[in-house]
Amino acid sequence: MSGEPIIELEGITKTFGRGAAAFKALRGVNLTINRGDFVAVMGASGSGKSTTMNIVGCLDTPTSGVYKFLGNEVQSLSKDQRSLLRRKYLGFVFQGFNLLARTSALENTELPLIYHGMDKAARREAALKSLDKVGLVPWAEHTPGELSGGQQQRVAIARALVTDPTVLLADEPTGNLDSERSIEIMELLADLNRSGITIVMVTHEPDMAEYAKTIVHFKDGLVERTEYGSKSGNGHMHAGQEGVA
Amino acid sequence: MWGTTLVLALKEIRRHLMRSFLTTLGIIIGVAAVITMVTLGKAATVDIEEQISALGSNVLIVFPVQNEQGIWRPFDDQDIVAVREQIAGVEAVAGSVSSDVTAIYNGQDWDTRVEGVSNEFMVARSVDIAEGRQFTAAEEAAGDNVCIIGQTILEELFVPGTSPLGEQIRLNKVSCRVVGVADSRGIGGGNQDDDNSVLMPIKNVQRRFVGNDNINNFAISYDTNVDSNAMIDAVVDLLRERRLLLEGQNNNFDVIDTAAINETVASTVGTLTAIVAAIAAISLVVGGVGIMNIMLVSVTERTREIGIRMAIGARASEVQRQFLTEAVVLCCFGGLVGILLAFGLSVAVSAAFTLPFIFDPFINFLSFAISALIGVVFGFFPARRASQLDPIEALRHE
Ligand SMILES: Nc1ncnc2c1ncn2[C@@H]1O[C@H](COP(=O)(O)OP(=O)(O)O)[C@@H](O)[C@H]1O
Ligand SMILES: [Mg+2]
Repeated sequence: MSGEPIIELEGITKTFGRGAAAFKALRGVNLTINRGDFVAVMGASGSGKSTTMNIVGCLDTPTSGVYKFLGNEVQSLSKDQRSLLRRKYLGFVFQGFNLLARTSALENTELPLIYHGMDKAARREAALKSLDKVGLVPWAEHTPGELSGGQQQRVAIARALVTDPTVLLADEPTGNLDSERSIEIMELLADLNRSGITIVMVTHEPDMAEYAKTIVHFKDGLVERTEYGSKSGNGHMHAGQEGVA
Repeated sequence: MWGTTLVLALKEIRRHLMRSFLTTLGIIIGVAAVITMVTLGKAATVDIEEQISALGSNVLIVFPVQNEQGIWRPFDDQDIVAVREQIAGVEAVAGSVSSDVTAIYNGQDWDTRVEGVSNEFMVARSVDIAEGRQFTAAEEAAGDNVCIIGQTILEELFVPGTSPLGEQIRLNKVSCRVVGVADSRGIGGGNQDDDNSVLMPIKNVQRRFVGNDNINNFAISYDTNVDSNAMIDAVVDLLRERRLLLEGQNNNFDVIDTAAINETVASTVGTLTAIVAAIAAISLVVGGVGIMNIMLVSVTERTREIGIRMAIGARASEVQRQFLTEAVVLCCFGGLVGILLAFGLSVAVSAAFTLPFIFDPFINFLSFAISALIGVVFGFFPARRASQLDPIEALRHE
């Protein structure tokens, strides 16, 4: 089931600030994520989950340590090269959806393709295909303001999928949703994972983590322990960590 | 990619239509002011040049001035004959005398001037006949009571639409028959209204109005191939000799060159136009600062959008290009609206001041290009700021 490693973190540290104000958010994270995996990252608030996701997503650089993406060391890449890496291989889903306001679901979904130099017709076609995966084609012309939270997050997922990314990164994707909408989103993610996409998701809700194949527990800037389930979906695993935000 | 960037910019502008309009108002006003000023300046120059050329180019006007003892010595017929016959290159010499009179017609009176002239005067001073005819040779020789009225007299004394030809008007106590109407002569050598005059054969005016054979002043038209300074020197030398002036004595007459007046006035108007246009151009720069201000606000407002774009893989240069394009497109719109506004203003003001409307493609193009340039210059800093945002910070921005 698990393929070759896509993401390898070795001794990653991250220090914010300098001198007396310096704060070590990550203190030597080791983590390997293989192709086809569905990883849930759990841990107390402030334990370094988002910081790790930002580094994995090439939005931030570690203070020390080695990060290999598909076997390539990311810290040697320039800012522009990291942009291109995100463009080509990564899809992002955020807690706050982060859709462009007053812009239709379709146009929001098209957005990443603009940076792929696709023409309008091709963008439209790909965006509709992506919206179809999340079941929102009938809502294509609606703006975020006209959609429910769950629908907005599905648009965000469609936007992340439209470029056929290798890895989908989701930082608390259900953090702003009620439990019913959360379950819909998780089933969607589990479906996508079954169709082959690698997913790394931060959550503090054990119920949501149960959809993942692997659960990584963070504590004080370190990986405390890793649980491996049998498969995604109904495999009931017990998260031993308190999931407080 | 450029096409898409342009479409994005247009969408963004449409999203904030009112704000976009207010933002570009500075550019609109600046462009409109510059173009209107330059267009009107050109129109005024052309108009003045036309009025002066109505005097006749290559014309010298000679008139007596008081000498040191306060004596004012007029010219006479013999002076005119001498100039005509003794100076090479002279085409026509036309003397005139004038006297202030009251013109009366149909019980109305009007203060004006009677000018004693010849048909040669009409040639030398480029006076055209709008209606009717010139004096006949017989009328000139006999000094008949016939006259040609100026446009001002026509307007003041006659009912619009009626022909003055054949009518008798009275000048003080002398009655004369209108045989022609002169075209507008434009501004003259002084600040008098040359259209407020009645032309009569010179002999008649000398006899009935001034009572002597004096000539107040005369115009000399000469061959365009003759240098005007050489002509002025020749005239001065001849007249000094005829007026028995000794070496060291000042001229008791003056010679002015209409071509020189022409050049002076045109260059003065040109300088004024340049100054006013430069002042107007300052508002363009102020407009640019307005663009920068709003673009900075826009960057702050759209910080999260910038974060999203960066997260999905936009490079710093692409973010910068997007905001720069927006600023340039805004300014180009401002430029276009300014050009339209200037067109309307120039047409309206030209009409109000009866100036010719002359469309100047160069200043229109230049103003447009400058507004685009202002977009680049003042859009650069906000666009750069946008491109240098940290994506994580930007995504977290409220
Ligand atoms: N930009 C930053 N500057 C300073 N401290 C930061 C910054 N980002 C995160 N931190 C700190 O690093 C720690 C880990 O943060 P984060 O990774 O966001 O935690 P979480 O597990 O809740 O997502 C926290 O204590 C947070 O305050
Ligand atoms: Mg977090």
